[in-house]
Amino acid sequence: MYYFDLAVTGISFGCMYAMMSVGLTLVYGLLRILHVAHAAVFALGAYVTVLVANATGSIALGFLAAVIVTPLFGMAIYRLLYEPLLKYRPDVPMIASVGLLVLMQDAFRIVFGEQGITFQRNAFAFKTFNFAGVTVSALQIAMVVTALVVFTGLHLFTTRTRIGIGWRATVSKPQIAASFGIDPIKVRYLNFAVGSVLAAIAGGLVAEMNNLVDPGIGFVVSYKALAIIVLGGLGSVRGTLIASLVLGLVEAYGTIFIGSWLDRDAIAFLALIVLLMIRPQGFTGARAA
Amino acid sequence: MSAYEISIISIIGINVILAVSLNMISGFCGQISLGHGAFFGAGAYAAALTMVGSGSVPLAIMAALLTGSLLGLAVGFASLRVRTDFLAVTTIGVNFLFVGFVRKQAWLGGEMGISGIPATGFGPVGNMTMILLFAAATIALSLYISRSWMGFAFRAVGEDEGAAATLGINSGAYKLAAFGIGTALAGLAGCLYTFFTQFITVDAFDFIFSVMLMAMVVIGGIGSTWGVVVAAVGLTLLPEAIRFVNDYRLLVFGGLLVLVIRLAPGGLTGMVQRAFLAVRRS
Repeated sequence: MYYFDLAVTGISFGCMYAMMSVGLTLVYGLLRILHVAHAAVFALGAYVTVLVANATGSIALGFLAAVIVTPLFGMAIYRLLYEPLLKYRPDVPMIASVGLLVLMQDAFRIVFGEQGITFQRNAFAFKTFNFAGVTVSALQIAMVVTALVVFTGLHLFTTRTRIGIGWRATVSKPQIAASFGIDPIKVRYLNFAVGSVLAAIAGGLVAEMNNLVDPGIGFVVSYKALAIIVLGGLGSVRGTLIASLVLGLVEAYGTIFIGSWLDRDAIAFLALIVLLMIRPQGFTGARAA
Repeated sequence: MSAYEISIISIIGINVILAVSLNMISGFCGQISLGHGAFFGAGAYAAALTMVGSGSVPLAIMAALLTGSLLGLAVGFASLRVRTDFLAVTTIGVNFLFVGFVRKQAWLGGEMGISGIPATGFGPVGNMTMILLFAAATIALSLYISRSWMGFAFRAVGEDEGAAATLGINSGAYKLAAFGIGTALAGLAGCLYTFFTQFITVDAFDFIFSVMLMAMVVIGGIGSTWGVVVAAVGLTLLPEAIRFVNDYRLLVFGGLLVLVIRLAPGGLTGMVQRAFLAVRRS
């Protein structure tokens, strides 16, 4: 039964990674920028969720506030930081993005303290159920359900609505899409807004899981997400979803088998480096560099 | 000189070696590395093990140079496979992997690090003098390379690999050379750091430290040896001089990094050049 418990852990972590990484892969697909500061959006989502949940007593309101605030922040990052840097080599905006993440992380520490903030009421997160010997927490179910809802919604949005179709058209053929009257700049803002919402939801869920938001919350996850989008074939949402679940499971089982000589958090980077060296174009063929 | 001044000057010397060596890789040759801390750490651990085992200073220096450059050459091979931002991601991965690996190794002290490393026997002033001599030698080497054919080839590879190839420059060989030299010097800095502290933990070599080094290079003006030296000295002294900066170190470093890239991509060197040109024109 222990192995089933690990599978549950792996899948719920995988869902969280997926919500974090899809925003990154969308930004990369459209602008060829590795948006490291996405982790700052994730952290902001987590902080807003906790602060609003504690102020109002409702976790749902906390998530709602995070979903409203973070897209503005994500779009501001694009407008103020990336847009003027698009003319340079891709490593220039990336280093700026790393700088922004470091800055934001320290800003969170200064404003909200080193110790972080806990939920005042979070009983929901610690409820567990037992399915034939496999322990599943309410929060793990919430993570998986949220991911399913969010990605189904995203799928319907990009295949059934005019805006979504225009978005996909711009990602694959920007010039042709523009000639059909789709404004590429609006698509970029949409891209950052949607990616930021996903990251904020992931951030709120991780805050619930740890019952804590501290300044380092987005730090390791952000670099892992870079590994995931490369593994998933850059710009491919489907590949990113698969890579997220695979990484979640590999980490869950990996801790038993290789945990004695390698830190859990380093597994993703080992996979990243090996893949980049063997197949720089990723699993699905999009050329990485 | 007080013990405090001696330790500050020693740290400045070590940071100058690190920033100038990173500038050779990322500034001269255009290969962005965000994992310089890993090579620094590899040198520090090699020196620590050698000192604990033999107590010989020259042997420890040799071990650190060798370990740094071997790891650097391995990562240099990565630069033949992936470019620009993906090379940067790979080097970030190397840094996390280094820390994650060392943390779990009992023979490297694991989480606790290595303590009780034998002293060099030169005393604090002797150590400081040695660090400053090596820093001066690093600067001299950097200036020499910059003016040599190798420096020309590095810059050609950094600007445009295709164009460099038409000049008959073997870009792969020069990338490996840049990584080999730069990381050997990072290993040397790690060795000097071990001599200086006599106690190392892996947290000193994490990714955030690599970002601080990149901040020094970018703020000083990427590719300019003297600009990077000034930035390394200034950014090491700044937190010591201003209490506020010490408390908000990462905020200031991250903020400066973003502002410089966004508003003055040439860094300090670019600003000085522009000011000089403006004065001459008037």
